[in-house]
Amino acid sequence: MKESNEALFRYCLRIGDTSLILGHRVSEWCGHAPILEEDIAMANIALDLIGQTKIILNYAGELEGEGRTGDDLAYRRDARDFYNLLMVEQPNGDFAVTMMRQYLVSSYMFLLYSKLRNSTDKTISAFAEKSLKEVAYHVRYSGDWVVRLGDGTEESHQKAQSALDQLWFFVDDMFDADETDMLMFEKGIGADIKSLRIDWNNMIEPKIKEAKLVIPEANNFMRMGSRSGNHTEHLGYILAEMQFLPRAYPDATW
Amino acid sequence: MEATITEAQLEKEFQQKIDSGIVIEPKDWMPERYRKQLIRMMSQHAHSEVVGMLPEGNWITRAPSLDRKAILLAKVQDEAGHGLYIYSATETLGIDRAEMMEQLHTGKAKYSSIFNYPTQNWADIGAIGWLVDGAAIINQTALAKCSYGPYSRAMIRICKEENFHNKQGYQILAYLMRGTKEQQEMAQDAMNRWWWPSLMMFGPSDANSPNSAELMRWKVKLHSNDDLRQRFIDRTVPQAEAIGLTIPDDKLRWNPDTRHYDWGEINWDEFYAVISGNGPCNHERMSARVGAHEKGRWVREAAAAYAQKHLN
Ligand SMILES: [Fe+2]
Ligand SMILES: [Fe+2]
Repeated sequence: MKESNEALFRYCLRIGDTSLILGHRVSEWCGHAPILEEDIAMANIALDLIGQTKIILNYAGELEGEGRTGDDLAYRRDARDFYNLLMVEQPNGDFAVTMMRQYLVSSYMFLLYSKLRNSTDKTISAFAEKSLKEVAYHVRYSGDWVVRLGDGTEESHQKAQSALDQLWFFVDDMFDADETDMLMFEKGIGADIKSLRIDWNNMIEPKIKEAKLVIPEANNFMRMGSRSGNHTEHLGYILAEMQFLPRAYPDATW
Repeated sequence: MEATITEAQLEKEFQQKIDSGIVIEPKDWMPERYRKQLIRMMSQHAHSEVVGMLPEGNWITRAPSLDRKAILLAKVQDEAGHGLYIYSATETLGIDRAEMMEQLHTGKAKYSSIFNYPTQNWADIGAIGWLVDGAAIINQTALAKCSYGPYSRAMIRICKEENFHNKQGYQILAYLMRGTKEQQEMAQDAMNRWWWPSLMMFGPSDANSPNSAELMRWKVKLHSNDDLRQRFIDRTVPQAEAIGLTIPDDKLRWNPDTRHYDWGEINWDEFYAVISGNGPCNHERMSARVGAHEKGRWVREAAAAYAQKHLN
């Protein structure tokens, strides 16, 4: 692979893996949501995310040029070769954790894709354009729930605050730019992570306030590592489940 | 002004409407038993859509490719949509969704016995789409012509999606049958386990179906259970043969005189055991539904509290 392709390949894996693992987590709710309408909405979100995954991982496979498909990348890589944000592999917890995670990550995706819409890479810009509409809905849906839960009952307020507190450890990881990010930004393919962070703060703060919640102190311990494929322990279990069939029957296609 | 019309008179007129093919709408007068029977059938149908999400949902996180995962997610999402739609149609009869769900959770209302069987391998997802949705299509196509307007319209809308469900299930199995030896065994294993329970989906034989006569007189039911079951068998057997699956019934053979398949005997003991709560997964299904409802209580309370605070 050419050096620039290699960086773009990695960049695509970060985006695709994040969609894939978040989609997987959201789909775990299927049939168990608190309200039937929420079951439908969450399946819808998961479906959008898997659709986005397909586009971007297939593209990553093309860039790599070794004949790997999006499916190969999703189902035949081990945890250390996954580059999804640490936030998305965190367990669903209760509905508050799931909605808070969705809101924090969907807001990030929304801002990222808004920038990638102008990417000099045609596939990336088309992907961003298509995904933006879907992600805008995810932001609205989860943001509405964050507000309802934060400003609902005493119990829901506590659960929403505790969701925010526990997920906050994984916020810096989202913006932990490395050389790949720099290179992609310089080439006009990727986004400027520094300004993304500022935009993200500006986006979520009013919503968190509206939800009567408090953003945790800045000097909290922050868990990082997704850019180099260093994960929490949860990812291994997700992959064990997700990849079971293609791993158990390596010669089969489905 | 006319004197009060008697109940008997109303009932006679109602029957005349039914006989002449007029569709009954929510505001029309209807016998109390017609209303009750429809509530029972429709809510049972809605519950089946929702409980039916569980056996298939069981494989969403293990679907073997991104396409299969997306298709299965879309399918299960459709089923939730069907549930919602039929609950709404049932509400036109004067019962609300919360009450229907309460009946499900307390065991007062039933759901289709088929969902009390476990999905043990990936081929089961194919078998459900092909056989279970296939049987549902036969039932629902008949119900689309039933006398109650909201139910009939719900069925017309739902049947379109069921055809997609049926095709994707068949496709999964067809694909497995062209695959490795292990995949073929998976598919045949699923066929063996799902065939008879699918036939049971049409309910007891007409001789043992207590409500049948009344429901047929009201055109809530238009065909007997046995007729619909036969229709399903006639349609499905050639499909199984086309992809090399063997139907687990040694009495099954084409009868050129009746122009239908002859077939064996359903194990009715199993059927009654499952509908009375002793199937392989009755306990899991109910505890999943009740659990989701209980764990979701604080969420629903929060939404209600928020709505109350922000009325303006
Ligand atoms: Fe359905
Ligand atoms: Fe279906």
